[in-house]
Amino acid sequence: MSKAINPPTPGATDPKIIRNFCIIAHIDHGKSTLADRMLQITGIVDPRHMRAQYLDRMDIERERGITIKSQAVRLPFVADDKQTYVLNLIDTPGHVDFTYEVSRSLAACEGAILLVDAAQGIEAQTLANLYLALENNLTIIPVLNKIDLPAAQPEKYAAEIAHIMGCDPDTVMKVSAKTGIGVEELLNEVVKQVPAPVGDPDAPARALIFDSVYDTYRGVVTYVRVIDGRIPERDRIKMMSTSETHETLEVGVISPDPVSSKAIGVGEVGYLITGVKDVRQSRVGDTVTLAARPAVESLGGYRDPVPMVFSGLYPLDGSDYPELREALDKLKLNDAALVYEPETSVALGFGFRCGFLGLLHLEIVRERLEREFNLDLISTAPNVVYRVVMDDAKEFIVTNPSEFPGGKISEVYEPMVRSTILTPSEFVGSIMELCQTRRGNLLGMDYLSEDRVEMRYTLPLAEIVFDFFDQLKSKTRGYASLDYEPTGEQASDLVKVDILLHGDPVDAFSAIVHRDKAYNYGVAMAAKLKDLIPRQQFEVPIQAAIGARIIARETIRAIRKDVLAKCYGGDISRKRKLLEKQKEGKKRMKMVGRVEVPQEAFIAALSTDDSVAKAKAK
Amino acid sequence: MRTLSAYVHIPFCASRCGYCDFNTYTAAELQRDGTSITAQTYPDRVIAEVNWLRQNNDDNREISTVFFGGGTPTMIAANNLVRILDSLKQTYGLAKDAEVTTEANPDSVTKQDLETLVAGGFTRISFGHQSSAANVLALLERTHTPGRTWEAIRDARAVGFEHVSVDLIYGTPGETDEDLSATLAEVSQAYVDHVSAYSLIVEPGTRLAARVARGEVASPSDDVAAHRYGIIEEQLTQLGMTWYEVSNWAKPNGECRHNIAYWRNQDWLGIGPGAHAHTNGVRSWNLKHPAAWAGRIDDELSAAADSETLTAEEMQHEEIMLRLRLREGLPLTALADSGLAQAKLAVSQGLLEPESFDQGTAVLTFQGRLLADGLVARLWA
Repeated sequence: MSKAINPPTPGATDPKIIRNFCIIAHIDHGKSTLADRMLQITGIVDPRHMRAQYLDRMDIERERGITIKSQAVRLPFVADDKQTYVLNLIDTPGHVDFTYEVSRSLAACEGAILLVDAAQGIEAQTLANLYLALENNLTIIPVLNKIDLPAAQPEKYAAEIAHIMGCDPDTVMKVSAKTGIGVEELLNEVVKQVPAPVGDPDAPARALIFDSVYDTYRGVVTYVRVIDGRIPERDRIKMMSTSETHETLEVGVISPDPVSSKAIGVGEVGYLITGVKDVRQSRVGDTVTLAARPAVESLGGYRDPVPMVFSGLYPLDGSDYPELREALDKLKLNDAALVYEPETSVALGFGFRCGFLGLLHLEIVRERLEREFNLDLISTAPNVVYRVVMDDAKEFIVTNPSEFPGGKISEVYEPMVRSTILTPSEFVGSIMELCQTRRGNLLGMDYLSEDRVEMRYTLPLAEIVFDFFDQLKSKTRGYASLDYEPTGEQASDLVKVDILLHGDPVDAFSAIVHRDKAYNYGVAMAAKLKDLIPRQQFEVPIQAAIGARIIARETIRAIRKDVLAKCYGGDISRKRKLLEKQKEGKKRMKMVGRVEVPQEAFIAALSTDDSVAKAKAK
Repeated sequence: MRTLSAYVHIPFCASRCGYCDFNTYTAAELQRDGTSITAQTYPDRVIAEVNWLRQNNDDNREISTVFFGGGTPTMIAANNLVRILDSLKQTYGLAKDAEVTTEANPDSVTKQDLETLVAGGFTRISFGHQSSAANVLALLERTHTPGRTWEAIRDARAVGFEHVSVDLIYGTPGETDEDLSATLAEVSQAYVDHVSAYSLIVEPGTRLAARVARGEVASPSDDVAAHRYGIIEEQLTQLGMTWYEVSNWAKPNGECRHNIAYWRNQDWLGIGPGAHAHTNGVRSWNLKHPAAWAGRIDDELSAAADSETLTAEEMQHEEIMLRLRLREGLPLTALADSGLAQAKLAVSQGLLEPESFDQGTAVLTFQGRLLADGLVARLWA
């Protein structure tokens, strides 16, 4: 153990002894466990208070083993040269939806540990984040984790990493975060290899916001990396994107609990609290400066979060609508990327059309609404944002298929992504086939090693949102991994398919799909609904239509019998209660024209649970 | 003034049929449960319950109908069934024209038993025949031999039973239209004035439910059952029978008055384990297991497990649910305005007879009989 006796004071730490770094890793490759070991080795967490995944705050994070919100922890560390250093470990979110947040975390660092499971090799997302780190000129320390596992193949994966990075396989460190093997050596390597921050202590202050978290008691806690100058407490700061000013009520560092200080100085990583209540007033990527002596130029790279995926969220019980609104208002305080506006659906009643960064973001928000606010929700099938240009050059931005305009459409544009798929080479054929059916365009492929291939495709985001990941996993027995980033839009032959129940369109089931797939969608949806909607006293046709043209039809035959069970004296109470219960159930039925549709049918038909459940396991 | 009936439950069977979820036990099951209740010791407990009920309830009404059901009532000796009936006579008294029915398994009743029953005051017997098709009986795990039913019916008539009924089950997976027609053809040759026909329901917890869940047996189809109901209606009509309740058909004067008492929402005593009672707006039910029930009887306590006093709304719901099943129909005065509007709609949908409706009664059409449950819930509106 190398516990620092007198750790350097925040706000008065020589940048030369600071090392700012992060860990780039795929989920399950052991990032949180490695962070736990670092906390222990540096002695900042009392062994009695240690718990697994110490830094992951939200329940959802610890349960799913993923880190949604990053956090920075200051680790005083006595290195082999007997000098005390300040290591700032900046935790990064590990999912494709949060690429922008990852890029800001990386921008706060000089170095990164590339952590790869020695039994699994590098995954697509890790590779994407590695490229991002290299773009940010970070020093990369490649590390294989879990070398204690019987299935570990450290030589093989060291060679793979060396191939990707163009380094010597012998420089790839081997650790076991679980047992602690090699972790202290790794910290020494961080000290040796990661450059100390370079900034001008006397220049006007500039600090990069790399995270912003809403706390019920403290308001927004903003995490920053000071590039130039210093941020003192009780001073007026200015957000450079909005020119809004706030007073710093408190500044400090996390080690691993918050420790307030007089200031945070050049090269340091810490937090500041201004009393604002909404993370939108303290946005990730923005530059903080001092109001009295502001910097002229921001650090750059700031961008507004752009929702990529939309879904309607509806309370299962219509009377919960005000609670849903309140819950969204509260969540928004902690989620700068969440956007929503009220909408009504004939089928589902009052709800909100919500915009998300991606599928996981959607699922996290939904789960938090259900868990933290005790709401039961229906979410409509997620869709992307379309730009529709009419013959008369009028333009519509469509975030809800039911708003797809009728009339003469000139072009429909859909968002595209550039995706990276890493796969064992045996699956290349099936992946090509899958991407082709999903309207993909192969950009190139490279062998990372003898049996692992990186494939690059442009794909419509809509295809990814629609069960692509499921298909990819099932076609590759779970071995392939996927990452993607937006690359603009493309004109496509897209149509709106409506689903009609007994002649009445059901808005919640409308979808915008490629013309070639409209038929399949219509047939599949009609068949699904036929199974889900109970038989009525009359025959109910289910039709799928593009405009006025019917492309698929199913029929729910009229019910013929609902009675005739034996019902003697003793059964009367039971039977009455049964019928009363059925009648209660009918109250929860939604009427679509004359057709009674149970809420469960909507949920099941709209359910994306499968695809999301798998996406979140990425 | 409501009439008073009595239901006596006999919770014994020689073996348990795969589809049955009734409160009944085999001798082996009772032994395994460690109870001293047997077909021999049971009748005295029943008589004790009758006496207890009479002593603890201020009810001076005579009993107008009695029904021994099960289980298999003929699993206890005929003279014991008569003793139980006698206890009712001695406590409450039977109306002069009282109807006294017992269910019977054709296999477990002899001509001598039948003589004993008639001599003791039984007027009606209902045989559980279910089907004449061997494949259907096998699937139902019924033990009786099909031909035995007609023999038993001849005996019953010979010894003087006024009314004889058979129970049928239709819609069993594997049953064909021809199987059902053949069964009905045999019924037409027998001297019966009443038929109860129930579609097979897969009750949770039964062996049949387990077999359906495992995919060994197809789930009964409602469409098939609806079609078969039509076959039954047609063939029984040819026999001169008419439906008087959705699952019951009878020749003139062959209706089961005990059955009708249920549907008219009259009062009845429930005697024996698990038996339900309905008296003065209260529904109560006895402890289900024979041992638990007998414990109460031996301690001279009420055998009721629980009861519910019906609210006005529940009473209205039951009135609609029960009377709508009868051919005599439900007086429209029993309906609230919204229910009446639904009834009017149901007439236009072909579920209620227009003529009866004009005369102030809701009477199910043939189609309405098949869809009565959904209609009941609508009329509650």
